[in-house]
Amino acid sequence: MIRTYNGDFQQSQAQLKFGVLALQGAFQEHIHMLQNIPQVSSAIPIRKAEQLKTIDALIIPGGESTTMALVAERSGLMEPLREFVRSRRPTWGTCAGMIMLANEANKTKKGGQGLIGGLDITVNRNQFGSQIDSFESLLHINHITTSSDDLFPAIFIRAPIISSINSSNIEVLARLEHDVGETDASAIVAVKQGNLLGTAFHPELTNDDRIHRYFVQLTQDYYNTENERKINNL
Amino acid sequence: MSEIFSIPANLAPKESYSTKVSQNGVTSHATFTVKTGLAQNLKGGVIMDVINAEQARIAEEAGACAVMALERVPADIRKQGGVARMSDPKMIKEIKGAVTIPVMAKVRIGHFVEAQILESIGIDYIDESEVLTPADEENHINKHNYKVPFVCGAKNLGEALRRINEGAAMIRTKGEAGTGNIVEAVRHMRTITREIRKASLMSDEELYSYAKELQAPYHLLKETAKLKRLPVVNFSAGGIATPADAAMMMQLGCDGVFVGSGIFKSGDPVKRAKAIVQAVTHYDDPKILAEVSEDLGDAMVGINIDTLSNDQLLSKRGW
Repeated sequence: MIRTYNGDFQQSQAQLKFGVLALQGAFQEHIHMLQNIPQVSSAIPIRKAEQLKTIDALIIPGGESTTMALVAERSGLMEPLREFVRSRRPTWGTCAGMIMLANEANKTKKGGQGLIGGLDITVNRNQFGSQIDSFESLLHINHITTSSDDLFPAIFIRAPIISSINSSNIEVLARLEHDVGETDASAIVAVKQGNLLGTAFHPELTNDDRIHRYFVQLTQDYYNTENERKINNL
Repeated sequence: MSEIFSIPANLAPKESYSTKVSQNGVTSHATFTVKTGLAQNLKGGVIMDVINAEQARIAEEAGACAVMALERVPADIRKQGGVARMSDPKMIKEIKGAVTIPVMAKVRIGHFVEAQILESIGIDYIDESEVLTPADEENHINKHNYKVPFVCGAKNLGEALRRINEGAAMIRTKGEAGTGNIVEAVRHMRTITREIRKASLMSDEELYSYAKELQAPYHLLKETAKLKRLPVVNFSAGGIATPADAAMMMQLGCDGVFVGSGIFKSGDPVKRAKAIVQAVTHYDDPKILAEVSEDLGDAMVGINIDTLSNDQLLSKRGW
């Protein structure tokens, strides 16, 4: 299903529709950032299953992953979200959103928690301790930073880490730069698997929109390729 | 550690973004960004008062985005009277051990040692609250001195900006806690919104004098006028008892809600807690609000504010 091009695909400028899951958390911050990126025609809050059908790509924001999972289940969104991810449409989770996209999560509430899944990773929720252990740090990120002069300001709020990678299709995008408390510098904090992106930190709480631009570009490239493939198959 | 105020990113829309940031490169804890960041993550959620681990688990299962640990809910503080203080750290630790969501706790206004104690046991957010008996009738805590972030109550814009100036990283409108009556929460939210709207139309000259009138720091008033909203996350509190109450406060423009006595003083806390969580997410969808409002059992009884004598009004506390 291609909605990104109307009519002559070679001449039209891609107009991409983004959704941000708006059940709880810092969704408005993502929307504000997306709205300033030229290829984005609209960025809307998603609270209902039918809205998922209208968007090209989705961001799952930071917030409380237990709250998001419970509200998603009660709002009949869990299965449609899984379907969205399975359909290969680009999806990016930040912090709690990355937990939601993981296939496996540790340190969850009693009785476990619902996950959307899609990323072949295991995450440790709340790796660093309580809020006083939350921190900011500059990171090298593949595809985003080029040298030590343009590191990305990463904000970790009661953040998870990726404790294990369970597939060779996972590309590690970033690790911590220094030891933080009992977590050592090798800890993985950003990954990519196909059209799925996961970051343990919060780009939406910064004034740096490079990862948002990267995600928009990834989305555009995906639909361009899909479109060409369909045309070639005609 | 004591860091001056900085605007949390993307609370309001902005024109452009820079791709270069100046920062010193080391890992830094307890910055104002980190403090306001947690509040930004709590938005669109419900923070519930709980008095033990069992209630905390009920709140977590209902979908609360955080819990407020306290010994007595405001309705009982009203009924029983006496001095209300910080909770027993043991009870707070039990609650922390029972749930994975953030745990907040209250200290008395101006009681900086209660705050030191809560910080030392790793609480996630401190509420310097008028619900407890004030410890200082002139000064609030200097909240810049702490690694743990603070939320404070406010009835109007001046009070909110004074608290932010003292280091609060989150505001909640006060309402009248423990009454189950929404009228004061509405008054405070509407007052703040009206004052922000007024400020946003003012010239600089007028803002100087408006700052004097509100007894608010000029630089924070100017930021507020520019953003057209409070420059930190703002929740509503005090008197929210039904899903409709919660959704109304959301439609009035708050970022999320605190529910105190409204849940565990009602007939069916589990059902009501879930319903209020759904109502905050779907606050602008009357159909869903109707569904979740059905068959909730008895709401807390509630008190008419005008039957309370002046010294029983908690919202008057705080300066």
